[in-house]
Amino acid sequence: MLLVPCPNCGPRNSADLRYGGESHARPDPATASPLQWRGYLYLRDNPAGWLRETWYCRSGCRRWFTLERNTATNEFRDPPQPGDKRGSKA
Amino acid sequence: MTMSRLEVQPTEVIDRSTTLRFRWNGKRFSGFEGDTIASALAAAGEHVFSRSMKYHRPRGILTADYWDPNLLVQVGDDPNVRAGHRLLEAGMDVGAQNVWPSLHRDIKAANGLVSRFLTAGFYYKTFMRPQRLWPAYERVLATFAPGGKVDPDTPHRYHDKRYSHPDVVVAGAGPAGIEAALAAAAAGARVMLVEHEHAVGGHLRYAHPEPARAALAELRAALAASDVEVLTDSTVTGRYEDNWLGIVQRSHPVAVERLIKARAKVLVVAPGLIERPYVFAGNDRPGVITSVAARRLINLWGVKPGERAVVFTANADGDAAAADLERAGVEVAAVVDGRDGRRVSAAQGPPKALEAVVAGGTRTEADLLVVAAGWTAPTSLLNMAGDRPVYDPAAARFFPSDPPGNVLATGGLAGDGRLDELRAHGAATGRLAAQRAAAVAHRYQARTARALAVTGDEPAWAADERAPLRRDRHPELYRSDTHGMVDLSEDVGSKDLVAAAREGYDSVELAKRYTTATMGSAQGKLETVNTVAAIAEARGETIAQVGTTVWRPPYAPLTLGALAGRMFEPVRVSSIHPWHEANGVRTIQAGQWIRPDHYGDPAAEVRNVRTNVGIIDVTPLGKLDLRGPDIPKLLNLLYTNKWSKLAVGKVRYGMMCAEDGVVLDDGVTGRLGPEHYLMTTTSSGAAGVWEWVENWLQTERPDWRVHVTPVTTAYASINVAGPKSRELVSRVVDGVDLSPEAFAYMEVRTATVAGVAGCFMWRIGFTGELSFELHVPAGHGLHVWEALMEAGADLGVGPFGLEGQRIMRLEKGHFIVGQDTDGLTLAPSTGMSPLIKLDKEDFAGLPELAWAADRQLPLIVAIQPDDPEIVPEEAAQIVRGDTNEILGRITSARMSPTLGRAVCLGQVEPELAAGGTKLTVLLASGQRIGATVMDHHAHFDPAGERLRG
Repeated sequence: MLLVPCPNCGPRNSADLRYGGESHARPDPATASPLQWRGYLYLRDNPAGWLRETWYCRSGCRRWFTLERNTATNEFRDPPQPGDKRGSKA
Repeated sequence: MTMSRLEVQPTEVIDRSTTLRFRWNGKRFSGFEGDTIASALAAAGEHVFSRSMKYHRPRGILTADYWDPNLLVQVGDDPNVRAGHRLLEAGMDVGAQNVWPSLHRDIKAANGLVSRFLTAGFYYKTFMRPQRLWPAYERVLATFAPGGKVDPDTPHRYHDKRYSHPDVVVAGAGPAGIEAALAAAAAGARVMLVEHEHAVGGHLRYAHPEPARAALAELRAALAASDVEVLTDSTVTGRYEDNWLGIVQRSHPVAVERLIKARAKVLVVAPGLIERPYVFAGNDRPGVITSVAARRLINLWGVKPGERAVVFTANADGDAAAADLERAGVEVAAVVDGRDGRRVSAAQGPPKALEAVVAGGTRTEADLLVVAAGWTAPTSLLNMAGDRPVYDPAAARFFPSDPPGNVLATGGLAGDGRLDELRAHGAATGRLAAQRAAAVAHRYQARTARALAVTGDEPAWAADERAPLRRDRHPELYRSDTHGMVDLSEDVGSKDLVAAAREGYDSVELAKRYTTATMGSAQGKLETVNTVAAIAEARGETIAQVGTTVWRPPYAPLTLGALAGRMFEPVRVSSIHPWHEANGVRTIQAGQWIRPDHYGDPAAEVRNVRTNVGIIDVTPLGKLDLRGPDIPKLLNLLYTNKWSKLAVGKVRYGMMCAEDGVVLDDGVTGRLGPEHYLMTTTSSGAAGVWEWVENWLQTERPDWRVHVTPVTTAYASINVAGPKSRELVSRVVDGVDLSPEAFAYMEVRTATVAGVAGCFMWRIGFTGELSFELHVPAGHGLHVWEALMEAGADLGVGPFGLEGQRIMRLEKGHFIVGQDTDGLTLAPSTGMSPLIKLDKEDFAGLPELAWAADRQLPLIVAIQPDDPEIVPEEAAQIVRGDTNEILGRITSARMSPTLGRAVCLGQVEPELAAGGTKLTVLLASGQRIGATVMDHHAHFDPAGERLRG
């Protein structure tokens, strides 16, 4: 079972959390085309490598948070901060 | 082969002063305390323990341990007991499995005569066609299935579960494992040492020489003086992500078995080596045993394994076995030395015994053949950590390649050496494990914002500076110049594997599944490398080229009892539950909740609500307390309808959709104050809606000022329903004008109920009757319930349960999310289109619903079967005429006590949604019945006059 580093509660069994899946921005519902909206609903990058994803610490602090996980190794790291050279592709 | 008990051995584990009597196949036997079932039987002269799976060949002891494929027996109602491992107990009733009519006269042994037809894939090829005969084949084949008998009347026994967070877990308590545990503990780590056998010591336990005995005594004493937690007769069955370990403890003093789920910071893998059988003609004959088996029999249990032996040895352990045999008075007639290129070719004799051994053309009479042909490295836990072990032809076994840094191998798995070298390697491994565990612990704590601050920097990740163990040369001994059995559990021979390779199943993973080699009770521990070797030989390649199968969890089988174990899932009941139990409730489980289903007669409960007044405990109803100025914005975002103008004291119904427009939940929300609302959700949706709300507030709208508190269990909820409900409520509520003018339908009031302040109530109606829903502080729920029952005695008040409520809501045509809707039901299908406000700026699911507005969607409609007595099954299909074309389905159906007829809700294609449409419903029995779509969702009181009164 994965050990997920909750920023408040520390490493926690993944069963203590809800997996929110790949992090993705919500399109503006006023202007989104069906293609954009359904991309938001159903299309995921699913990379073999670093992935930004959301978790909900439902048995602990009740916070939704975002982390980066390497899907090939299950290594976690904090998401890049503004100005971080690692950048993001979101 | 005749076995018998030797004089007292210095290493023996039996207590000869305690005799245990037991039965074997109905006959009386006895053994000593400390015997396994197999050692006691062997000492009593038994040499056939089972019949093989496919050919029913007589089988005797092979390895005399947990993995022995020939020693599966039935003990009382316990099937597939490993007699090489299970300790003897007084009064045991032990029997052979897979035999008929008896172990010694087994009719199915005739299979052996046709063995050349029972080749790989025999069952697939033979019983495929014609398909209509498969049920007949299955009945016959089932009688050939191996394994013991399961007794359905076996009493439930207690299986325990435990969670543990050790710093270091050491799997295997041989000399290296013990040293690793001691060194890690000495360095300050909390250590759990897990040993598969009944005692620690590994191979030292059955080593006769004095230095080995002294070393074992020293290690045991050190362990006893340490803080190491030692679990014997326990197995690390699996290693998962981040060193999440499954450990099955069979030696728990109370529980039959205990499953330990351990999060280890570092795992030390020290299972030692498992001796490998050798493949030659007759290698599965009783009397052919491994060298470790011979040494265990002699040294652990004082059992003389035969009278006249041939020893085939390719290593020092085989030589030690020869020495043990001579000391035990077994005549060693010949030693065939594998290091000189000599091979054993055949073991011959009548079916149940060994008579002679053929090696290098020489036939030697013997009743015992002891084989030391090499080792299998049980790398399972390393495999599970992602390591792919590498074959070393010079040492004739696999070695770890590159396991992750929190998994360390030591002992025989890692290499060879003298005892002091193995111990030193173990100790160095333990020190390294403790250092790395300290770094992991530091990291865990430093990353926990709410933990005590850690001092200092994270310790550096200690480099692996252990002096590697050497690798002794060993001849590659897999198959002789004859063919024999590779997998004794599954009766797969080397010829079968060659045939499978010829048929194209030449990848080891394919051949394994095709022939079932390595898939039996030994789970590859004995036969994997021989299987790989046979495939390599058939392909003309090396073992390294063929590679090996990947060992997956569990390392050793564990029972379903251990996995099911003790449940930690909470059970929830309302504070009123004691009253229900005292009044004949029939409960129903709904998620974690135990709820009243009815109190004996749900139809009578319905009639009482419709004529008098009833009360129902709806405590599990999800309740969220909302505070803050931005609540209307939040409600507008979550619900499909509009909330900006909801006045204080008013309640409104709302439906929530997911972003794909599918109905997610529904319920009412009331405004208690200017910035204070109470939202209710369905009982089953309570947890999910809360997460959904938090997700919006935390990620999409973090600037909104709304605070959400779940109060589901903070309030006990009671719905008072029926024409006399106003009269009843007026008798217990103080200070609220209950007249229809002052307290209208869909309004909320705070109140004191039966003397309990801080309650609120609203007028809503799932049952279709005049009703008041009371929410009272949970601790007073029982008091208020009893007050209502007492105050309404003359009104005929009675309790009703979920079933009654479900009937009444169906009479009224109210849909239930998840019952009448499913994961594809878009909001307009509920018939609630007026509540979907597409002119709002935004709400969850808006774009999908906007695009769906001009689409024809399936609709929820009320349906009545033409025959009022027939209640269709829920999920019965609605079809077109006599065809099987599906046009919808019944989603809810009940007999209505109010109308005296069957009433339903269903989802139908849009073409069938108009009132008066005739439908055909296909029942599970195959019968087709007629039914009619109703004009209105409500079968009863469609105008809602009772509700608003």
